[in-house]
Amino acid sequence: MQINALIAHVLHLKRRIYGFHATLRIVRDMVKGRNMSNYIKLIALGLVTLFAMIGTNYARDLAYQVHAIIVMLVAGGLFLYTLRRTGEAKPAAGSLQNEYFDSVVRAGVVATAFWGVVGFLVGTFIAFQLAFPALNFEWAQGFANFGRLRPLHTSAVIFAFGGNALIATSFYVVQRTSAARLWGGNLAWFVFWGYQLFIVLAATGYLFGGTQSKEYAEPEWHVDLWLTIVWVAYLAVFLGTVIKRKEPHIYVANWFYLAFIVTVAMLHLVNNLTIPVSIWGSKSVIVWSGVQDAMVQWWYGHNAVGFFLTAGFLGMMYYFVPKQAERPVFSYKLSIIHFWALIFLYIWAGPHHLHYTALPDWASTLGMVFSIVLWMPSWGGMINGLMTLSGAWDKLRTDPVIRMMVISIGFYGMSTFEGPMMSIRAVNSLSHYTDWTIGHVHSGALGWNGMITFGALYFLVPVLWKRERLYSLSLVSWHFWLATIGIILYAASMWVTGIMEGLMWREVDANGFLVNSFADTVAAKFPMYVVRGLGGVMFLSGALIMCYNLWMTVRKAPAKEASLTVAVPAE
Amino acid sequence: MEIYTLLREFADSWMLLFLFVFFMGIVAWAFRPGSTKIYEDTASIPFRHVDAPAPVEGEATPAADKEART
Repeated sequence: MQINALIAHVLHLKRRIYGFHATLRIVRDMVKGRNMSNYIKLIALGLVTLFAMIGTNYARDLAYQVHAIIVMLVAGGLFLYTLRRTGEAKPAAGSLQNEYFDSVVRAGVVATAFWGVVGFLVGTFIAFQLAFPALNFEWAQGFANFGRLRPLHTSAVIFAFGGNALIATSFYVVQRTSAARLWGGNLAWFVFWGYQLFIVLAATGYLFGGTQSKEYAEPEWHVDLWLTIVWVAYLAVFLGTVIKRKEPHIYVANWFYLAFIVTVAMLHLVNNLTIPVSIWGSKSVIVWSGVQDAMVQWWYGHNAVGFFLTAGFLGMMYYFVPKQAERPVFSYKLSIIHFWALIFLYIWAGPHHLHYTALPDWASTLGMVFSIVLWMPSWGGMINGLMTLSGAWDKLRTDPVIRMMVISIGFYGMSTFEGPMMSIRAVNSLSHYTDWTIGHVHSGALGWNGMITFGALYFLVPVLWKRERLYSLSLVSWHFWLATIGIILYAASMWVTGIMEGLMWREVDANGFLVNSFADTVAAKFPMYVVRGLGGVMFLSGALIMCYNLWMTVRKAPAKEASLTVAVPAE
Repeated sequence: MEIYTLLREFADSWMLLFLFVFFMGIVAWAFRPGSTKIYEDTASIPFRHVDAPAPVEGEATPAADKEART
């Protein structure tokens, strides 16, 4: 007992002395104005932690409480981390301006692959939940049933997988094409980690029931606020780098990335103008009412497709396809017209989601017309991407990475033809609310967004980790074929089931009565649902093979030898 | 006049005209004389500065030199 007491006493003394010294040091620093930014950071983090603690206590719903706990842990952890580093001499900055800021891109590549697998896994699981309802386990009701997991899947693939891919590649591309290091120092790390926090908050929110029930904009007001902060920082980093560029021209990929960042900011703000019911709860009420709310939602929703999943990924296409093909883009003039036509038209296409609703006819006609006109710039861009390979078509035989990029552009062309067609009111009367829509989305998302991202990852990993080549090209081929066949199974089964259920819904007998009940269509769709699930399994296996291949590239592929040439300045 | 009517009339007259002229201007501008040569240089941006940024004035950066523009 005595020894224990003694040890405790000594420890207590030591802590007091340490604490005294630390306090002294902090006071000394403050007087001299040193380390100021760290102290501001500490105060802010402390306040956030305190607020989150109060939030945990007063939380009116489970989702908010879970979020408060997450924020408390993150902010508290960062507080301790910052505190322990305060007063340490900063490592010499050196002339970092002479190298690219690639560590954040590497982290982005890892996050993209990770969230991709998570998103595909959840998607495959919910596909089987639809085929076999028993997978909505009784013990997980209210957390892991289809209704809760579905937004988790869509957000995981669009915002976590796609978003991380966009942030990572935009950071990579803007540096190379501006010949400048990322602006803002560690702000890029804030963007990366802030975005991961947003993903975790959004995902946990869905599982615990915190959603505002707007498609692709499900996160509630407090998560939206956080995303706004992160997004402004993202815009600052990207734009700052463009402004300090050393190239006289802004390369076309950066135009697309910038349109994506700016437009998503605008969409996010307008579609999330909500008033929280309480500062301690996740429930909020949108300021738009009735059909205006529906229109704002689909103006947002379609432009999330147009600017997040199209413009941003076109930025990827305009950099990585020329790089992998080792030849400049087919027509730079076409790329300029592609850009302006795309952004001028896409923004008006949203109303086609609201055919035959309370929306005025003129508005839905407007959306339909713009959707059809949009077909032209889309195919202009597709032609520009594909023709970049003219004179290098032989690479399709030898390079599975370029094959991946080419098929992604092919899917882009296919879904940007299918989309305008489905936006025609007469076609929409058959296709809307059926699985055809789901098939269309997935041929775009898996085919275009997924494949171009895989291509970019296969390009980036050897470059970022300074490896001579990928670990295995035959594994890339395996991934390519698994993913392609998986998408074909998915899209084909959804065409069949979608058109079938559309026809079943509208079938009337001689007396004008509906022939089929809703449950009849559900029963009829079963085989196609199984095929769709299998397509998902194949796509997921391809992604797992990719992760293994990329991992082994970092671990095992021969390192790129440092160039021995010492050249003279050329300019 | 109601604000909706005002905005609506502005949108489908002057704003429409402005956007249309702006867009046609961009198309014309892309095809302006001499643009082919400029765009050849711009299109080759991805093939420069692959490993390091352009050198900052007054600093020796051997790494960047071999990436320098030709």
